[in-house]
Amino acid sequence: MKIVYTDNNATTKVADEVIQEMLPYFGEFYGNPSSMHTFGDQVGKKIKEARQRVADLINADPDEIVFTSCGTESDNSAVYSAINAYPGRKHIITSNVEHPAINNLFKLLKRTKGYEVTFVPVDKKGLLSLDVLYKSLSDNTAVVSLMWANNETGVLFPIEEIAQKTREKGILFHTDAVQAAGKVPIDVRTAGVDMLSLSGHKIHAPKGVGVLYIKKGLKFSPFLIGGHQEKGRRGGTENSVSIIGLGKAAELAKEHLPLMDTRVRGLRDYLQNALLEKISSCSVNGDLEKRLPNTLSIGFDAVEGESILLMLDREGICASSGSACTSGSLDPSHVLMAMQVPFKSAHGSIRFSLSHYNTKEEMDHVIAAVVPVIEKLRAMSPFWKDGKVI
Amino acid sequence: MWDYTDKVKDHFLRPRNVGELEGANAIGETGSLNCGDALRLYLKVNENERIVDASFMTFGCASAVASSSALTEIIKGMTLTEAAKLTNEDISDYLGGLPREKMHCSVMGQSALKKAIANYRGIQILEKPGQVVCECFDVTDLEITDAVKKNGLATTEDVTNYLKAGGGCGKCLDRIEELIESVILKDRMIK
Ligand SMILES: Cc1ncc(COP(=O)(O)O)c(C=O)c1O
Repeated sequence: MKIVYTDNNATTKVADEVIQEMLPYFGEFYGNPSSMHTFGDQVGKKIKEARQRVADLINADPDEIVFTSCGTESDNSAVYSAINAYPGRKHIITSNVEHPAINNLFKLLKRTKGYEVTFVPVDKKGLLSLDVLYKSLSDNTAVVSLMWANNETGVLFPIEEIAQKTREKGILFHTDAVQAAGKVPIDVRTAGVDMLSLSGHKIHAPKGVGVLYIKKGLKFSPFLIGGHQEKGRRGGTENSVSIIGLGKAAELAKEHLPLMDTRVRGLRDYLQNALLEKISSCSVNGDLEKRLPNTLSIGFDAVEGESILLMLDREGICASSGSACTSGSLDPSHVLMAMQVPFKSAHGSIRFSLSHYNTKEEMDHVIAAVVPVIEKLRAMSPFWKDGKVI
Repeated sequence: MWDYTDKVKDHFLRPRNVGELEGANAIGETGSLNCGDALRLYLKVNENERIVDASFMTFGCASAVASSSALTEIIKGMTLTEAAKLTNEDISDYLGGLPREKMHCSVMGQSALKKAIANYRGIQILEKPGQVVCECFDVTDLEITDAVKKNGLATTEDVTNYLKAGGGCGKCLDRIEELIESVILKDRMIK
């Protein structure tokens, strides 16, 4: 069966060019990049090139790029470094729609280290309550960490504007740009952030490699204590193969960025409009404008997400659900709940996330599959009668 | 992805006895849109109190649909007395087992059946004894201790998987923990 992959916010296909770039470093070039011999240094040079390529994607200086093992490690490292830099400050700020890599970390810091945490709310469109954020900034605030783009809805936060406010107040600002990278332009200079996280597997590099951008001059305390790798900012022999792949992926991401705003956005809008037109009682979650061009979170009233996904799976369609039934817990996702999405559509929310590999034919296949699946499930739903929610 | 048995998949993809039942003379409903799953069970009971037909409408995940479908298949032909003895394990066993996290789907089936039988007999289901612990899913302390005892549940997660209790706002998780501990303590004293 042909697979239609529309789950690119979960992970992406490793680009063929990336695989080609990595292959020699699995076998022939196995040297340690730190070694004092040419054999190892060949790998070292290639990592240097990767660092430059990643820096180019976000307009950073190569020295500001630290390779990590994943987006989660980048997020954790950034926050721990920030609170270590200001041991006297006991207040930290984030939003209530963050990825678990930040959300659970902040909850842990609250529970075990006594931090006062402000979880800034979002409105019904998923947009951040800037009022609440700005009012909560204080002399006691150690760090603000906010995502650039939301993984479930694609909603964008105004990072540049927020960074300006935190800078004025002398508060460190970290952004989780794992979902933004490669989908919208990122320029750390104009954005003015102190730290920024990226993850390889969301931009067509392999899983298990990430990046933390650390602004030049910022005091940083490492999360992994060990050797001198990454200029002492992250111990551990480099995952050279993946880093080299990530370098190539970053180069491609920069090249393909215009496609996101044109082709991918076009496909997403095509899918969105067709579903809205062909299926009654469904609605898009999140602001329609301030949103990643590849993401569509759509809620179908009176049906449940896992059932939709498993039926789509039969058609070879890969997507995600906003209902956490798939993950074992029973309530809908914390993101949709924070947005006060009504239960009737929150439980039946599906996320389609595209990449530049997707085609119009694939969107037609998805549309043709979703319509009867929703009909079938509604026909057995006790909350659906005569074409309406009851 | 869940490790569903072929039987669960089959009953999910080709559910038996879906829809309203014409001539039904008993209905049992459980769950709600808010909790994420709900089941309406229809029964047609003859003058000998035998279930001659059954159907369902379900909102929920694959195992909720499969459990409902299985339930209707199991009870067709049973007398109400026989049906009243049906447990959630019977439903789960019929399907070749459910993932632990999905056991509550079979509980939902059992509970809808109880309500339908009561509905047929014209019995108003009485206020449940005990104190409500989980307000989101209306589960009492007695139900929790009972489930803990009978099924050897050891953690709050187990309880949530069985009864849903604690799976909503989570405010009652501490109380559930206490209840589990009290059962375990008693158990030790008896031994
Ligand atoms: C917004 C966001 N942050 C962090 C992560 C974690 O990245 P990783 O899977 O590389 O740890 C993800 C992806 O899962 C994400 O979507």
